[in-house]
Formats: sequence, structure tokens, C-alpha cells
Amino acid sequence: MSQQPADNQLWRRIAIAVPYLWLLVFFLAPFAIILKISLADPIIAQPPFTPAFDEQGRLSASADSFAFLLTDKLYAITYIRSLIMAAAATILCLVLGFPMAYGIARSAPTTRSLLLLLIVLPFWISFLLRVYAWMGLMNNYGVINNLLMWLGLIDQPIQLMYTDFAIFIGLAYSYLPFMILPLYASLERMDLDLVEAAQDLGASRTRAFWDITWPLARPGVIAGCLLVFIPAMGEYVIPYLLGGSESLLIGRVLFDEFFVNRDWPLASAVAIVLLLLLVVPIVFLQRNQAKDQEHTA
Amino acid sequence: MKDFIRIRGISKHFGDFVAVDNVDLDIAKGELFSILGGSGCGKTTLLRMLAGFDIPTNGSIEIDGIDVTRQAPYDRPVNMMFQSYAIFPHMSVEKNIAYGLNKEKVSSKEVASRVDEMLALVQLEAFRKRKPDQLSGGQRQRVALARALIKRPKVLLLDEPLAALDKKLRERTQFELMNIQDELGITFVVVTHDQEEAMTLSTRIAVMDHGQFRQVGTPKEIYEFPANRLVAEFIGTINTFRGRVAAVADDGIKVYSTELGVTIKTLGKQLVEEGQEIEIAVRPEKIFVSKEKPESSDDVCVSGIVDDLGYLGNRSLYRVRLESGKIVQVSSQNRRRSISRFLEWEDKVWISWRPRSAVVLPD
Repeated sequence: MSQQPADNQLWRRIAIAVPYLWLLVFFLAPFAIILKISLADPIIAQPPFTPAFDEQGRLSASADSFAFLLTDKLYAITYIRSLIMAAAATILCLVLGFPMAYGIARSAPTTRSLLLLLIVLPFWISFLLRVYAWMGLMNNYGVINNLLMWLGLIDQPIQLMYTDFAIFIGLAYSYLPFMILPLYASLERMDLDLVEAAQDLGASRTRAFWDITWPLARPGVIAGCLLVFIPAMGEYVIPYLLGGSESLLIGRVLFDEFFVNRDWPLASAVAIVLLLLLVVPIVFLQRNQAKDQEHTA
Repeated sequence: MKDFIRIRGISKHFGDFVAVDNVDLDIAKGELFSILGGSGCGKTTLLRMLAGFDIPTNGSIEIDGIDVTRQAPYDRPVNMMFQSYAIFPHMSVEKNIAYGLNKEKVSSKEVASRVDEMLALVQLEAFRKRKPDQLSGGQRQRVALARALIKRPKVLLLDEPLAALDKKLRERTQFELMNIQDELGITFVVVTHDQEEAMTLSTRIAVMDHGQFRQVGTPKEIYEFPANRLVAEFIGTINTFRGRVAAVADDGIKVYSTELGVTIKTLGKQLVEEGQEIEIAVRPEKIFVSKEKPESSDDVCVSGIVDDLGYLGNRSLYRVRLESGKIVQVSSQNRRRSISRFLEWEDKVWISWRPRSAVVLPD
């Protein structure tokens, strides 16, 4: 009996060690490798970059790749375009997802599980197939153009495919469930009495929404936005399939540097900068949230 | 007494379900009125219609001479204290209380002084900066009360105000509520399933069942003169005996009950006619229990055997089995201090009550 606390301590350490080990092996180690490659120079060899230590055993590292990212304006433009695209898709997901999540959270428990199932259902079909389906919809002679022409709204097809708009729609469509689910989770927990209490105390429906529902849904909003924004930022498949050849996004650049130019150090540098761009706002948001929780606690 | 709240022919249907069925009710200014009933009796729906969260299917509600039937909740001179208290978890005590006033065009100075006033009223001055999750159940209840009172509503609606509190706290809070109501003179309408709570709090009680009122009256009227079996059984404990009216005379009626095995005299001649099947109800504390047959000839007097007994400190409960097998509950005050028991199991006893103690229930 007296050994139990020590035993518990040991088990607790083991339990905590699992996620740490996971992070170490699958996140930190690959990150270190990529960082190492980004500091090497490209060579025509196998692997296509200089080793970290030369024959004399001296450390060889150069920031040439990072410097190159700064000299060629293309990279800055691509990062900004990707940021804008991901942000736009996130906002669209939020605007579409919030009412949907709200509706599901407020529906009868029996319909609720059905509606949630419908949200998750598209995942049972391959992601690629679903993106191909959008190609069929947005083609010059696809469903959307045909419908608009049949209605007489347009005379000739509008160019939908291979535009930024197509990427935007594709991103919003693909990541919408990732917005809805965390929003639903935070809205579902909310006591409906709170909104009624606000109305009872003189708040109109809109006022009550902004005073009560929105602040209480904020953890869900933040989680949903991160879950959409982060993968949307580095997305490769959707821009590749739906976007035009000139619509350069960072995922595409990353791919091209790796596999077309075979400049692994530069590609790694692109990846590192992308990671920093994503990590900084996340850390900021989490600080904010922690501060918020401190206030509540 | 001018009617402050006038409810006329109000009904609420949810699909096929009739939650509130054609109810009329008048409540006077300054009353502490309770709507009492079991779950699903429609009491909460009635309260929600007063608050404006549910729109009645039929009927009208007037408050202080103004028809509010279709007014939105935020336009009514009514505030509500929710059963869950519904305290905004992301706001401090102070901000919760100020919320209602901030929606009005009131200067921030006025808001501050009235928040102070409310904090003093519910004795939460020291907790003004706290967040709701740092408060105890009783403190949360008081925040909810202060928040609902700050706009000085004409009517305060309270949905099971004490249900979430433990017994000791509930008793204390009951009296606090009554004092606050007395001090402010605001009309309170309380919904509760707890008959004891309704009895102590209220000036009047409406007993509700299946969307209708079964009786409306003062706590005394409801307890001593229940209008029907449902009310009689809902409030407190009561013994009922089936019987047939044998004779109706000026000074009362004679009823023969097979369960009692005797013909008894009782009051209530205006309610019944000869030959009618009725029920007679007697409260346990109105029945005397004794070892010897009591002498008064007018009293109802039946013999039986002590089937079970319970000592509760201030009083004892007896379950007496009559010859017919009917069990009668008797409650008697333990006036004398004694270690030995006055009655034991299987003792032969007499139970008796005065004719005027019994209530005739016609249905």
C-alpha cells in the first residue's frame, strides 16, 4: 500500500512520456533534419545536398538558401498569396460553418447525430475524388456553367476552373468540417438559458448573440480557424488540380523546389519559413487564450 | 385589490401536447404567488409565457394594465431568475449584475451606484470582482437574484429558485427571499415542485396539474380545505376513506365507510347529496391516538392495531391498521420528555378525530 504513490508517480511519468516521445520522433526529429538540409548547399549527388560535416570534420552550414528567399521576390509574393488565400478560405468556412454548427447544436438530439454524420460523411470518400468532382462541376461545360446558361443568366461559359476562385472554393469545401466540428463542440456545451437570460435583461437577439453566444463560442472559433488555416496554407493538391498554372501558392513552390528543381536546401528553407509563419500566430493566440482562461479561473 | 397580472384563457400547445390548458389567473400587486405542481404539469411553460419566451397559443396576459401577450422578452417589465441561474460565465459578478442596466440608457454613474445597491442587498460586496465559477451555489443564486432585480421589474419570475441549494441553505434563503420581496414590494411569481417551499414563501398558491389549476388559494386554504383529492394528496400527507352519504342534516352529514367500519359525522353538507359515493380526508396530525377509548361522543372513533411506528424527535408517526385492513397514518407531537415508548408494535389503540377535522372530497 505504501508503495502506491511512488507507483502512481511512475505510471504518470510513463503516460506523459508517450505524447512527448511521439512529438520527439514525429515532429522534432523531422524538423531537425529539414533544418539541417536547409543549411546545406545543393549539389548534384545522392542525396542532393552537402553533408553537415566536411571531410575535415568541420561543421559546414550556410544560410544561402534563406538569403535566396529574400532576393527573389517570387517567394514573398507566393507567401502573401498563400496567406490571403488561406485566410479567405478560413473566413468563408467560419461564415458558412457557424450557422451550421449552431443549427446542429440546437437541433433535437436524434436529428443532431444524423446531421453530424452528414458533416463527417464526405470523409468516407477519397479526398482526391471529391476534388475531381469539383472539376466536373466547375468545368466550362460542367454542371454550374450549363445550369447558368440554361437559366439564361449567361451566354457563354464563365471561366471557373483553373482560377484562384476555384482554389478558394475547393479549400473552403474541403476544410469546412474541420470548422464545424469544434464550433459545434463549444456551442453544444453552451446553456441556452444564458441567451434567454440576456434577452430577459433587455438584449435583442443580435445583442444577445454578440454578448453571450460569440464570446462563449470563441474557443471553438479559434480551434476551427486554426484547423482550417494551417492545412489550407500549405495545401498542394487543391491548387494543383483546381488552380491555373500561374496561380502560385507556397505548397506548389515547395513541391517544385523539391521534385522539379531538386534544390533540397532551398525547398527546406521554404518549409522552415512556412512553419515559422504558422507557429508565430498560433503561439500568440494560445497566449491570448491562456490569459483569457486565467481571467475565468 | 386591483389585479396587477391578469391572465385570461391562456393555452399553450406543443404539437398535440397541451402544456397549459385555458388558464385564468389574477395576481395582485406585491403578492408572492407560487405555482406548484409536479414535473410536466405546465408550470414552467406558464412562467415562460409570462417572461415572453413562449408565445401563448390562445389567451392574453396583462401586466399593470398593458397587454404583453405578444411582447418580446426584452420589452417586458418582467425579469426572470432561471432555475440554472444562467449566470454569464465570462463576466464578473459585477458585470453580470450590471448587464440589464447597461442595455438601458442609464448613465454609467447610475449603473455603478445601483450595482452597489444590489450587491449590498444580496450581501455580495466582497465578491464583486469574482468570476461565477469562483462562487458557491448560494452565492450564485444571489447573483442571479441581484441581476434580475436591478432593472426594478414590475414582476420577478423565479423558476425553482431554491431547488439547487442544500436543505440548510434553502431554509435560510427562503426567508431572505421573503425579506427582499417585502422590502422592494415587487410582485414575485415562483414556480416550484416543492410544497414546503410554496407553503412558507407564498401569499397564495396555485396547484397545477395537466396544464390546469386544481385549486388557487392561501397556503392555509390549500392545506386545510383542499378542493379535491389531487390537491389533498399533493400537499402534505393525508388519509382518505371511501364512503357513502347516509344522511344529510343541518348540522352536517352522516357517512358510512366500509373502510372505517362505522358511520361517522362530518361537515360539508353543501357539497353532497344522499347516496353519493364520496371520499373523506383527514390529515395525520388531526388524528389522536390513545390506548383507552375517548369519551366524547361526537368524535369519530375507530379501533385498530399499531402496525408500524417511527420516532422523529419532535413527533412520532404511527401507522394504525384498522379491522378492514386499511392503514391510517397518525402524527402526534412528543410533548412529554420520556425514554420509554408510549405505544409499542401490535398495541391495540383507538384513533379519533373531531367531525370538523375531516374534509369531504366530492370526486
